[in-house]
Amino acid sequence: MEIKQLYREIVNEHNLHPSHKRNLDNPTMVLQGINPSCGDDINLQLKVKDGIIEDAAFNGSGCAISQASTDMMIDLIIGQTKEEALKLAGTFMGMIKGETTEEEIEVLDEAAALQDISHMPARVKCAVLGWRTMRQMVEELNRQEVKDADVTAAGSSECGAGPCGVK
Amino acid sequence: MNTLIEQYRRDFPILQGNDVIYFDNAATSQRPVQVMEAMRGFNDTCNANPLRGLYAWSVEATEAYERARETVADFIGAAHAREIIFTRNTTESMNLVAYSYGLSVCRPGDEIVITVMEHHSNILPWQMVARQTGAKLVYMEPLADGTLTDEEIESKITDKAKIVSVGHVSNVMGVTNPIRKIADAAHAAGAVMVVDGAQSTPHMPVNVRDLGADFYAFSGHKMMGPMGIGVLYGREDLLDAMPPFLTGGEMIEYVTRESATYAELPHKFEAGTVNATGAVGLEAAISYMKKVGFDLIMGQEELLTKRLMAALKEIPEITVYGSSDPTRHCGIVTFNIDGCHPHDVSSVLDTEHVDIRAGHHCAQPLMKFMGVGSTARASLYFYNTEEEVDRFAEKVSKVRGWLGYGN
Repeated sequence: MEIKQLYREIVNEHNLHPSHKRNLDNPTMVLQGINPSCGDDINLQLKVKDGIIEDAAFNGSGCAISQASTDMMIDLIIGQTKEEALKLAGTFMGMIKGETTEEEIEVLDEAAALQDISHMPARVKCAVLGWRTMRQMVEELNRQEVKDADVTAAGSSECGAGPCGVK
Repeated sequence: MNTLIEQYRRDFPILQGNDVIYFDNAATSQRPVQVMEAMRGFNDTCNANPLRGLYAWSVEATEAYERARETVADFIGAAHAREIIFTRNTTESMNLVAYSYGLSVCRPGDEIVITVMEHHSNILPWQMVARQTGAKLVYMEPLADGTLTDEEIESKITDKAKIVSVGHVSNVMGVTNPIRKIADAAHAAGAVMVVDGAQSTPHMPVNVRDLGADFYAFSGHKMMGPMGIGVLYGREDLLDAMPPFLTGGEMIEYVTRESATYAELPHKFEAGTVNATGAVGLEAAISYMKKVGFDLIMGQEELLTKRLMAALKEIPEITVYGSSDPTRHCGIVTFNIDGCHPHDVSSVLDTEHVDIRAGHHCAQPLMKFMGVGSTARASLYFYNTEEEVDRFAEKVSKVRGWLGYGN
């Protein structure tokens, strides 16, 4: 897809009228994701219960591709288990690297439209910012869980302040 | 179109047979066929390692390399060719001054004075010197239009200053700084004046002695020369007293197992095999600039900048940074479009074959000072045309629509 068409058909709508640009009450975890060279800056919030991403939202500023990609990602991960979200992230990253088949990226729904970003090296960082941040958060949550399980089976599962902003 | 411009434009193969509007000249300029031919001539007739061999090709290579040095010295008004050090680029030149001069002279409590408009290559080397020596980095700040006032210069450059280092032309604002005035203040305070000439040398006549520059750095690739060749001018007495920056081959006089004595200027600062092909290309670029002449270069750039700024003024959603006077822009027009991130602007313009820079332009402190995250920048050179400016403005006026506004 030519980039103007990509903006017209997918990116502009999610950038100008995002569905998930807001703040969550009591998020399980908040993490800032930045692309220093572009000034893209998002604040991703996840609410996770029993291993399922119950809700997600973001705030921040940056180019249309970073904002739209994050918004589309949140469409996909709400209601998914953490493992499914990580799998989707793997598929998205694979798509951006040009390593996936058309069938494999069907699960990405609208976000699959960003496939052609793989031909625009300068914009790859923008497209993956939300996904990279989400993956980091889920991995951190998993680490916390393992740690909690190790330390005590009885303690509360509420996370302490972690190195990447666990609330 | 100016027939002379049209004629010179034909010397640039990359500008032929396509509709690309190349407005990223402040990042790197295009190269005329004359520069490529000169480099090829060196390659095809006398390529050998200069300054070493005792055979004809090496002697010829040495002559070509040293002739390029003479040409550069003459071009910027240096007193002697031995005051010209070939480097890779402006960044390396600035690092040479910082490591070799800055680390040698700065003591705790001394001040290094720069401006907030500097390119990172004129900030980071001084941060390093300040960190290692205990000297303090002091920033001069301009008015919103880029003007450095006399009061600012006088209040920031005090007797504590050891080094004052300022860009001749800002790569974002395009404003030409009052180097002579700043140099006089620096010298009165007992400091040396370092000038980053990366953005000025391609666009205006430069005389380092008239400017009062003790060090002056620039890159070949922004003035139609090849990438990988840059220049550091340094006053001979200063260079003489400085330790080498890099050590190794060709910069020595005599080496024992324990120590070495260094070669005379300028070779003391040119360790290892030199970029002779690049120097020959730079010499050809200088010859080409002289042929075109700064009257034509500056005249065309001013004409185009006026036209571009007038056209952008017609688009209400556009903010142009720096002075409202086009003659104070040196062909650099930095702007933003309301609601549009510069990277999206550049991406959609790319599909229209328009090449501009978008981002922080390696000047993050300036972006912060201006209160913006990033900007778009169109930078012109004399081979650009009025027709390109008109087409550019027309395309820029459509960007908001392409990015979903007003549809």
